[in-house]
Amino acid sequence: MSFIFSIIAVTALVGVALAGVALDLRYFMAVVLPYAALATFVLGVAYRVLKWSSAPVPFRIPTTCGQAKGLDWVKTNKIDNPCSTGAVLARMFLEIFLFRSLFRNTRMEYREGGKVRYGSSKWLWLFGLLFHWSFLIVVLRHMRFFFEPVPGLIQAIEHADTFFEMGLPLPGPNGLEVSLPLLAQSGVILLAAATFLFLRRVVVPQVRYISLASDWFPLLLIILIAKTGIIMRYVLKVDVVAVKKLTMSLATFHPALPAEPISFMFYVHIVLVCTLLIYFPFSKLMHLGGVWLSPTRNLVNNSREVRHVNPWNPEVHFHTYSEYEDDFREQMIEAGIPVEKEA
Amino acid sequence: MATQTPKPQEILTTLGHQPPSENWMDTKPEFRPGMYCHPVKIASLEGMGGKYAREWAPAEPDWKLPADWKGIVKEGLKDRLNRFRSFQVFMDICVRCGACADKCHFFIGTGDPKNMPVLRAELIRSVYRGEFKTAGKILGKLAGGRKLTEEVIKEWFYYFFQCTECRRCSVFCPYGIDTAEITIIAREIINLLGLQIDWIGTPVNACYHIGNHLGLKPHTFKENIEYLLSDVEENVGITIEPTFNRKGAEILFVTPSGDVFADPGIFTCMGYLILFEHLGLDYTWSTYASEGGNFGFFTNNETMKRLNYKMYAESKRLGVKWILGGECGHMWRVVHQYMDTMNGPADHLEVPKNPLTGTVFANARSTKMVHVTEFTADCIKHNKLKLDPSRNDHYTVTWHDSCNTSRGMGFLEEPRFVLNSVCNNFVEMPDTTIREQTFCCGSGSGLNAGENMEQRMRGGLPRANAVRYVHEKHGVNLLGNICAIDRASLKPLMDYWVPEVAVAGLSELVANALIMEGENARSTNLRGEEINDLREEAGLPPIDFPDPDEEGGGEEGDE
Amino acid sequence: MQIKDRPIIIAGILIFLAIFTFPLWSAMGKTAPEPKVELPKDVKECVAPKDYMRTSHMQLLNEWRDSVVRDGNRVFVAFNGKQHNMSLTSECLRCHTDKAKFCDQCHNYTGVNPFCWDCHTYPKESK
Repeated sequence: MSFIFSIIAVTALVGVALAGVALDLRYFMAVVLPYAALATFVLGVAYRVLKWSSAPVPFRIPTTCGQAKGLDWVKTNKIDNPCSTGAVLARMFLEIFLFRSLFRNTRMEYREGGKVRYGSSKWLWLFGLLFHWSFLIVVLRHMRFFFEPVPGLIQAIEHADTFFEMGLPLPGPNGLEVSLPLLAQSGVILLAAATFLFLRRVVVPQVRYISLASDWFPLLLIILIAKTGIIMRYVLKVDVVAVKKLTMSLATFHPALPAEPISFMFYVHIVLVCTLLIYFPFSKLMHLGGVWLSPTRNLVNNSREVRHVNPWNPEVHFHTYSEYEDDFREQMIEAGIPVEKEA
Repeated sequence: MATQTPKPQEILTTLGHQPPSENWMDTKPEFRPGMYCHPVKIASLEGMGGKYAREWAPAEPDWKLPADWKGIVKEGLKDRLNRFRSFQVFMDICVRCGACADKCHFFIGTGDPKNMPVLRAELIRSVYRGEFKTAGKILGKLAGGRKLTEEVIKEWFYYFFQCTECRRCSVFCPYGIDTAEITIIAREIINLLGLQIDWIGTPVNACYHIGNHLGLKPHTFKENIEYLLSDVEENVGITIEPTFNRKGAEILFVTPSGDVFADPGIFTCMGYLILFEHLGLDYTWSTYASEGGNFGFFTNNETMKRLNYKMYAESKRLGVKWILGGECGHMWRVVHQYMDTMNGPADHLEVPKNPLTGTVFANARSTKMVHVTEFTADCIKHNKLKLDPSRNDHYTVTWHDSCNTSRGMGFLEEPRFVLNSVCNNFVEMPDTTIREQTFCCGSGSGLNAGENMEQRMRGGLPRANAVRYVHEKHGVNLLGNICAIDRASLKPLMDYWVPEVAVAGLSELVANALIMEGENARSTNLRGEEINDLREEAGLPPIDFPDPDEEGGGEEGDE
Repeated sequence: MQIKDRPIIIAGILIFLAIFTFPLWSAMGKTAPEPKVELPKDVKECVAPKDYMRTSHMQLLNEWRDSVVRDGNRVFVAFNGKQHNMSLTSECLRCHTDKAKFCDQCHNYTGVNPFCWDCHTYPKESK
């Protein structure tokens, strides 16, 4: 049900965008919506993180995944069991940029005769990593639409991203020459990786079982965003100069639709992207912010060495020694256990 | 309620991991004997000031929840969202990638999809969305939200007392979402309604009022240790006279009370006593702080603090310099990650220093508490122990890393170093089942009761499976560990799945290998088993023990 | 309740805000110069309609290249029936005489680096 709902939802979004073009709501879709989406995204994300930060971390609870710092001659696993702030930064870096924990992934196999075995399983790690990195590169490449002149760094990323395609035109069907402009690998990888993650959710019974609409929807949305982008770049080409005139007008706060017409595909693309931005802060996509704040990953494992303070350390009743001795004095004396007060 | 635990083959042949076709929100747990624990006794709950103590039974439809139960739960949830960032973040950021799904020993052993860590967390996350989040309130199930109902509470009780807080899932989660943290908080909330299991509630009450989980009163505690010492006298030939509640000792020694109570923990306890005697350590036991473990950790953080308090309080009263802790898993999670925060700073103590080697335990500079295994390792490294590892030659040992010391501390190499120093045959289980990936015994976090035996045997299946693997491949016949709950629970687990393998605490093996001044021929181990019988079983030639004062015919083994 | 790491988190949020709004505030108050394409004065029609040329000229050039190099065919029949010699330097540049005032205007604006000039040499580079 959640799956079908998500399909309907993204289809409806495309329909809304097409209707918007038909009803000439271009200004709304290309100017009002992007501003609103960006504001919702940045303020929403900031608010969510701020809200998390308002809750304290009462205890130092890193999940230790290697040998702790202890006796001098015992070799410490500094990264998986961080012993200093620097080590935590290293752990966080590997976690956030290389998905270290996911790299450990194994797959359980239940074999005949009741044997349980574990195999290495790096597919989720690989495609997760490809998905996120290619998404980042795609976003960075799009920055060419928001700077004039285009910064060298953005050009360099585009250059690197199209490196393999240099002079290697792919033959397309009649009249469709998909090789121009140069094939940007990040877009294709993004689409492939997102499709993999989607199919994995469909095919693996356990993952399908746990999937909610909030899992299907963003994946489908991103797949459609990638598809519309790829179509615009290689097939139903849009007037990029007109697009950039529009985006620059947004960036410089002089919003205006360009005189030249822009293909409907662009409006579909931008409505989907804006939906993603607006949806982001209210969804699981907030793992972008949350991964930085996870107490099992971002704390030093030195709880015995440096005292961690809990700001709400509760006031509680204790059963004191004198109460205890009052309860058992006679038996203690009889058993020859020293007491504070003799009878 | 007499419970028939199914035979191992019955479990293995019926086990499957395919989820059912209906949505998980539409399925209910079945309270089947053997798969859940008895509710807490009224007196135990009231003894700790707990509210809503009453007679109730999980299998019955009416749980007699307090009138405003819904308000209590919602308030409890909100309060904890504000106090624990972990809880808030973990409620919000799971992407349900499923990496954790097959990492849980309860999922592997039961095939119940709600034992996948992700779904266990969703049990509470769905209510968080359905009661607190706009989308969840409006769209309900579609947004993964649901309302708080009595059925939900029952489900929470069933599944949050089917999680041992072992943190294995958290190792694999790309955001470090820790189901232990979620279970801890969920149990706090369930507890608000007077819903607790007896195996946790009664030990907690006993520990608070009497000094230890088992409710051993001071004289009984002392007698128990003296009883162990008479066995030591017989099997090792030395007399040990430890002190209790002695002021002015250098070190206070605290260990889980299980170690003075039941086989095979008592042999570990004999191990400590022999080791400290060997070293001539200036230490004392306490009958007041006679519990290292802390079942308060499985109750709520306030109770954990109330129980843990006694260690520092007693160390202050006795005027010791520092505290030495015995072999225990969750005790060390609490000591390492919570104690100083809750009950510190321990300014009345000194930075621990090994009086024999001079080693300063800088890693325990603030908490001032040292693990007996790191202490032993330090002594061995400085050649302070006279050891004959060949005395353990009849054992082929494999090492069970306890969840808490592995994933809540990182205590991996110290026990291995000690183990390698005291025995000659040590083989590891497969990499995916040890160290930070170690599997729980299946009975941790207060679930080692008797009435939930099927649950425990299923939960321990992955651990036992790995032991069986090395047993078949390398002839392993002993499973070593440094955890009192392991010692209590791995024994029935091995009896059930791999009966050829015995269970022992590390200090027992240390003491077996220790060459004591004035000792006898050592023709028996600490358990009183004839060494030559054990050697024969292991296919080793017998040792020609000297026969000073009628050591007894070495061939009378009863196995 | 004092939360020790809050300042660090707030700093993080500010960095996040700064990065994600960078295009906006870096262009604050400026107006981006739009490309000024100099069109030929005497010729009114290109080899294809203007809208097609705006979005898809690179595709056409690629087809020309393949046609010339692979098939040896240099004749292109345009939409209006006129015949053209398929050649970048001698046909396109015949009307669009100044690369800098025509091609580069939009290419630079949109950050595009066509590979035309990897092989072809441009007759007179205008400064």
